Amino acid sequence: MPARFGVVVFPGSNCEQDCHYAARLVGAQVAYVWHQDTDVAKYDAIILPGGFSYGDYLRTGAVAKFSPVMDAILDFVDKGGLVIGICNGFQILLEAGLLPGAMLRNRDLKFICRYTDLVVENNQTNFTNKALSGELIRLPIAHNEGNYYADEETLGEMAANGQVVLRYCDTNGIVTDAANPNGSLQNIAGIVNKQGNVFGLMPHPERAIETVLGSLDGQMIFKSMISAVSK
Amino acid sequence: MPVAKVYVTLKDGILDPQGQIIGKALKTQGYDNVSRVRVGKFIELELTGETPEKLKKQVDKISHDLLSNPVIESYTFDIQEEA
Amino acid sequence: MAALYEELGLTTEEYTKIKKILGRVPTDVELSMYSVMWSEHCSYKSSRPVLKGFPTKGPRILQGPGENAGIIDIGDGMAIAMKIESHNHPSAIEPYQGAATGVGGILRDIFTMGARPIALLDPLYFGELKNDRVKHIFEGVVEGIAGYGNCTGVPTIAGSVNFEECYEGNPLVNVMAVGLMRQDKITKGIASGEGNVVIVFGNKTGRDGIGGVSVLASQEFTAKSAAKRPSVQVGDPFTEKLCIEASLELIDNKLVVGLQDFGGAGLTCATCETASRADMGMEIDVRLVEQREPNMEAFEIMVSESQERMLAICTPENQERVLAVCRRWGLDAGVIGHVTGDGLLRVKDNGVVVGEMPAHSLADEAILYNRPAKKPAYLAEVQSFDTKALKHPKDTGKTLMKLVTSPNLCSRHWVYEQYDHMVQTNTAVLPGSDAGVLRLKDSKKAIALTVDGNGRYCYLDPYVGAQIAVAEAARNVVASGAVPLAVTDCLNFGNPEKPENFWQFKEAVRGMGVACSAFGTPVTGGNVSFYNEWQKGAIYPTPVVGMLGLIDDVNKRMTAGFKKEGHVIALIGETLPELGGSEYLKVMHKIVAGRCPALDLDKERHMHEVVLEAIKLGLIVSAHDLSEGGLGMALAESCMLSGLGARVNPDSAERSHLEVNEWLFSESQSRMLVSLPEKSMFLFDRIIHNSRVQHTYIGRVGGDDLVIDDILNIPIGEMTSAWRGTLECLIG
Repeated sequence: MPARFGVVVFPGSNCEQDCHYAARLVGAQVAYVWHQDTDVAKYDAIILPGGFSYGDYLRTGAVAKFSPVMDAILDFVDKGGLVIGICNGFQILLEAGLLPGAMLRNRDLKFICRYTDLVVENNQTNFTNKALSGELIRLPIAHNEGNYYADEETLGEMAANGQVVLRYCDTNGIVTDAANPNGSLQNIAGIVNKQGNVFGLMPHPERAIETVLGSLDGQMIFKSMISAVSK
Repeated sequence: MPVAKVYVTLKDGILDPQGQIIGKALKTQGYDNVSRVRVGKFIELELTGETPEKLKKQVDKISHDLLSNPVIESYTFDIQEEA
Repeated sequence: MAALYEELGLTTEEYTKIKKILGRVPTDVELSMYSVMWSEHCSYKSSRPVLKGFPTKGPRILQGPGENAGIIDIGDGMAIAMKIESHNHPSAIEPYQGAATGVGGILRDIFTMGARPIALLDPLYFGELKNDRVKHIFEGVVEGIAGYGNCTGVPTIAGSVNFEECYEGNPLVNVMAVGLMRQDKITKGIASGEGNVVIVFGNKTGRDGIGGVSVLASQEFTAKSAAKRPSVQVGDPFTEKLCIEASLELIDNKLVVGLQDFGGAGLTCATCETASRADMGMEIDVRLVEQREPNMEAFEIMVSESQERMLAICTPENQERVLAVCRRWGLDAGVIGHVTGDGLLRVKDNGVVVGEMPAHSLADEAILYNRPAKKPAYLAEVQSFDTKALKHPKDTGKTLMKLVTSPNLCSRHWVYEQYDHMVQTNTAVLPGSDAGVLRLKDSKKAIALTVDGNGRYCYLDPYVGAQIAVAEAARNVVASGAVPLAVTDCLNFGNPEKPENFWQFKEAVRGMGVACSAFGTPVTGGNVSFYNEWQKGAIYPTPVVGMLGLIDDVNKRMTAGFKKEGHVIALIGETLPELGGSEYLKVMHKIVAGRCPALDLDKERHMHEVVLEAIKLGLIVSAHDLSEGGLGMALAESCMLSGLGARVNPDSAERSHLEVNEWLFSESQSRMLVSLPEKSMFLFDRIIHNSRVQHTYIGRVGGDDLVIDDILNIPIGEMTSAWRGTLECLIG
């Protein structure tokens, strides 16, 4: 049986169709989950897509965390279900406390949309098990608030637990200031929770799934998830 | 009708690029005595019912849970009686 | 004191006509409604007689001008909806909100017809980046487009940014939106069926832009307008996104008989146009409209320009389902009236009739003006400028670098990286090439989109300049591997009441019409923006062309960058000593004069056919149109886009009759720079020899530098960082 993915639709989500398309392309069975739904137990994995939930007028992801579906997702996470939050989805996971840290406005105060180079720091997660250790991948970013922040203690803890999964790097895989698009601390682009079943990342893997789009590297993340839930 | 005025600002130590830009602009315009600028949000809540203590508790909860992100922001508020 | 009708911008002649239509003195509500509907912006009273000359029909045109957007058949039961509009004056007053609401308005025109918006394109024209005000407008406009477009999840895939002094006090912010739909979902803005229900959904109605149409858009623009700030509308892209989803769901489920967005003139326009198109009437009560502010007057509700509002017409049986869909998306929605059979638009305020007039009279019976036109005196002088007398700079390498780092030719990545250009995962050619290309999912096809318009050429010759706008748009689409299909146009001009301006307008429209006929690309609709003037006078006449092209196989799409070391570089077309109106003349000599390049439409079309044939046969691997900056700039761009160098050694015959600057920087039309593997040369020569087109092999791709004979030698890395850094540096 194919892996069952649910893509949550908040008012203002705008990457839900892209995520639906991408997950289907790599072989998952995909359905939309409405923000007022209260049960997600029938899915193997949940995708919180990018966009501007509730317009992001107060703070990115701030209002979405109070949606009924988020209670169901907390429950789902407790039971070990896989949740991936992409861009605005990552911001929602941070606001909901499912991942540590917070997002600030980009260093240059501008929205940035372009391809970035990333290094896979941890390939032992449910979301990167199809990558090589230290593999270099190319995924696009598109955000205004992707400047990751956490206090020293949290950063230390995350490092100790291998929770930093993706960092922005240059084309040679070196993590440099110049390769940091938004000012994120330690070039952090994607992190998992301590339990390893919640993943948040600013880059959009669903935008890099076909050669016609310029990169296939995003497939790795969805395939890793399928592999993890098929075990 | 009581009105709560909530001020949300980035915590000390968190980089505030907007504040920096305004600070630089003021410098170039000759305001040398402005040593620091921090940008925040001001939110007004019109309220009804409830005793002053209950209102205070309620506004504190709203400010903590929704209006600010405790990881990066702090808040203050005061509640005034307005016509 | 002036009479009320004059204050509202109506002439005595128009006021007399209103009295005749009604058979009595109009009420204030009626007067305000006529004033907005009969404004230049809504009625096209100056332009309509001229626009009749456009070709608007063709086998692929499913909907021409007159509806919310044009619709073009792209086969397989699918269609493209497209439209361009201006938001010039609002953007001058409040750049962010002006541009943002411009995006919102044009998106609504697209999804109203049942198409999902899939792309935005923004041709922008600003003053030169020399003072803070221009920088503020430029930055604000770009952020406004980004803020709105990004939030609604519609990629901004192409555009243009132009800097010229004439736009300093009056920037041009044009926005084009494109939608994809199934042909059986085409929905029109019609209120048919007596007894059908009229519903308003979306945002609440406030006092936004009251009188915006007559005061903001149709009056000459002065510094005083800054005081009009309160009438600028604020955009709410979040609600727009919900309106998109709710509208498409209503159409998918066949719940509405008609759908119309609220544009300029708000509720007045939406009600009278939908009723008029169906030859019906409508009765509404303004108190049933959800209001954001207390104590709004009837006329305020009728002319408010609050954004993100929609008008739906449905059968009484579907009423509850329509309301339920809107509310599920979190939108305000309510019934405000019904369709009647008497052809009258009846406006009530809490049950009391405050206005009653024939719907047709508002929508279609504004007095049309045949404005006088007179050839401007400046033309003879500027055209007499002889570029042969120029003293050219000696260091051609330096000159090329000057052009590469000029505001009009430098890299636009600072702009388009602020736009989400990849959402919806269709963008097959990223911004920076000749045209944006979107693949169509579940199909092999792709579409190419571009916007073009060179105000400088049109200033020197509006007839030829407008033709060049069409030709260059078509050339950009062809260079992407697409067959040009159709056009939408945004005509930006000065005050039409001045005969010189109106002459420019008439000439430009005539030129565009002839060119569109030649390329078989009918005009499917668009927008006219007059009164683009400031204290230094009118802007250059600036007709902007939005062009749609179709690619049968997305894998055959073409980009401008060179592909591989060793490939041969060919120049298609003929280079003439045409420096008039060129970027070279402006940048190196600070002159805007001369004759704009000549255009032979037949030659241009033949060139398109040859290039498309070469692409179809897989012979060429890159194609780049030659335009501003000429051959020199095209070579530089094909190098910088690929990171590959080039060695250029044209044979002497190619440039024997030309001075080196003429050869490199002439902006002769109907030319294209292509590259191909050596093994393709034989077949490529054959298809060219069978045509009227000429070509020359001028060099090879390779190395880390652009080397042209002993004329210049520039490292690509150095050139690229200068090219990419210019805009950011200018903004400071």
